[in-house]
Amino acid sequence: MNGQPGSARAGGGGAVGVVLVDDHAMFRRGVRAELETAGRGAVRVLAEAGDVDEAVAAVAAHRPGVVLLDVHLPGGGGAEVMRRAASASPDTRYLALSVSDAAEDVIGTIRGGARGYVTKTITGPELVSAIGRVADGDAVFSPRLAGFVLDAFSGSIDVAAVDEDLDRLTEREREVMRLIARGYAYKEVAKELFISVKTVETHMSNVLRKLQLSSRHELTRWASDRRLL
Amino acid sequence: MSSTPPPLATPLAGPVATAAGAPPGAVGPGVDPVPLGGRKATRDIRNPVVGGVAAGVARHLGMPVLWLRAAFVLLTLLGGSGIAMYAALWLLLPADSHFEAAAPGIESATRGGRRPGRVRRLTDVGPAIALGALGLGAVLMLEALLGRGVVFWPLLVGAVGIGLLWRQADEAQRERWRDGAGRIDPVRVVLGNGGWASYARLAGGLLLVVLALVLYALRGGSLSLARDAVTAALLAVAGLALVVGPWVWRLASDLTEERTERVRTQERADVAAHLHDSVLQTLALIQRSADDPTTVSRLARGQERDLRAWLYSGESTDASTVAGALRAVAARVEDEYAVTVEVVTVGDCPFDEGLRPLVQAAGEAVTNAAKHAGTGLVDVYAEVHERAVEVFVRDRGPGFDPEAVPDDRYGVRASIVGRMERHGGRAEVRSVTGEGTEVRLHLDRTTIDTAAADTAVSDTAAADTEEDA
Repeated sequence: MNGQPGSARAGGGGAVGVVLVDDHAMFRRGVRAELETAGRGAVRVLAEAGDVDEAVAAVAAHRPGVVLLDVHLPGGGGAEVMRRAASASPDTRYLALSVSDAAEDVIGTIRGGARGYVTKTITGPELVSAIGRVADGDAVFSPRLAGFVLDAFSGSIDVAAVDEDLDRLTEREREVMRLIARGYAYKEVAKELFISVKTVETHMSNVLRKLQLSSRHELTRWASDRRLL
Repeated sequence: MSSTPPPLATPLAGPVATAAGAPPGAVGPGVDPVPLGGRKATRDIRNPVVGGVAAGVARHLGMPVLWLRAAFVLLTLLGGSGIAMYAALWLLLPADSHFEAAAPGIESATRGGRRPGRVRRLTDVGPAIALGALGLGAVLMLEALLGRGVVFWPLLVGAVGIGLLWRQADEAQRERWRDGAGRIDPVRVVLGNGGWASYARLAGGLLLVVLALVLYALRGGSLSLARDAVTAALLAVAGLALVVGPWVWRLASDLTEERTERVRTQERADVAAHLHDSVLQTLALIQRSADDPTTVSRLARGQERDLRAWLYSGESTDASTVAGALRAVAARVEDEYAVTVEVVTVGDCPFDEGLRPLVQAAGEAVTNAAKHAGTGLVDVYAEVHERAVEVFVRDRGPGFDPEAVPDDRYGVRASIVGRMERHGGRAEVRSVTGEGTEVRLHLDRTTIDTAAADTAVSDTAAADTEEDA
């Protein structure tokens, strides 16, 4: 992620409680160690889980601010965790963390409710910053995810068929996505477009919402072809 | 990361429906691969109304599907030959899907239950309802027109029933295709992966067929006669099942074993080959250069990229598409300079001579960034439009003043800006001291023909850093 550490903490008030969900114990250990050094004071790891059942139980027990969620997980994948834990801890937000770069998994997880998607090669400080953003309710887009969004919402839009705002990105949102895909950090996007960082964040949240709710034909068909819907 | 999402909605050109069925890694937009041995008509079972015959034939003949639907309906009304033709085509034309193969890592995760399973769509009911309504409408209309429903009723009820059963056969086949390694057992052959829609189709179909039989038998007017006829028919079916059943069962279990064994052998061979070829070699190299951290991290990075691409994305780094060519360039620079090049592409198109200068200039820009930025990360973003291709190469290095570069230095002036301008494109270098550098490249795709001619001659100046893609 390109966000700067701490730039968006809206007075957060103490450390963000995090539950780590990944089926590789070694990876969990590594992330935990990184979060404890890079995220001292900003992030607190409450629990770890290795499959869907454990994850749902852990989320229900600790009600964390953010769950770091692996996309591939025994018991039905990360999306299943979000579905089942939603009622027990409605305020918990999810950040998908995966080694898989498959678009199916990116879109499936975002549409399942995750507020962001980063790959496992992310550095410690960047991960801490991404957790902070998600905890504040912002969206976290990696260049890769931004590229996917542009792909999903691109194409000539049949004006007659579009009657919902959800089915298209505004020109501004498209510009923001394009800059993110080009590797710009939020602050740089803001500077480039002469808008505030807060406005950039608002655009990102809107894009995330559209991605989750849009019934855009291509998106729906794309997802339903893969039986994700 | 040198990988990008495969084009999701193939927005640029060509019918999405045909491109969606292409295997992962295939050239995406607008390229409808023609299979060896000519084109074969298939049924379109992705979104069938009844059996996907009209859509499939329309696609084959290049006609609007509405015409064919109308033709079938018309022929049906004029003596019923439409239904017979439709049924014959349904039986004879193969379905258009194939066994779906995702990247190995994804498949493995799916098999192991680590990804969300497929959810049955409610829309599956739609075609069944359409089918029922169609049948009912046809029956009522024929009765109104001809007034001799006695023969038509059983015939049409039976036809609808058989249609439903065939439809279920399609669905079950589709389920089998989606799950290549799955067992073949007779229950699944009939039911697919279950679900109430399958049961409903099966029960509805059988019920309608039996109803047709009863209606036919009732023609004589006597209830007991009808009962006898139906009983006889059912007995015949049961006897046939008893005789043939064991054979089918054994055939199915043999097939299962054979298929499982084949799948397992292939998988083992794939994995073994891949591990042997690359991972083991890399491990050996790492051991040999254990005291050189730069080399070790470069090797690990390259291997990670390879393995990730192989396991999860199934996307190519060959030079058949623009995205693939850019990824190949990025991979080369990563290997050479021990940096990370993150490539994100939106859209894709075939990589031809006209686009070569663009990729070469991009490669030059990436190489410059890798050499001079010193941050270890280069972002590459490419967007393929209908008319043009744009590439952005960005780093967060110290930046430089493009005007201050001495004339004898080829890097930026000749191999990036000069090359792009020679081929009718644009290049812009934006560098802010302390904030990094961004190179923006733009090339119209309409200039393809004029650009292709002089590529080979004029690019020798910077040939030392170019690849022979």
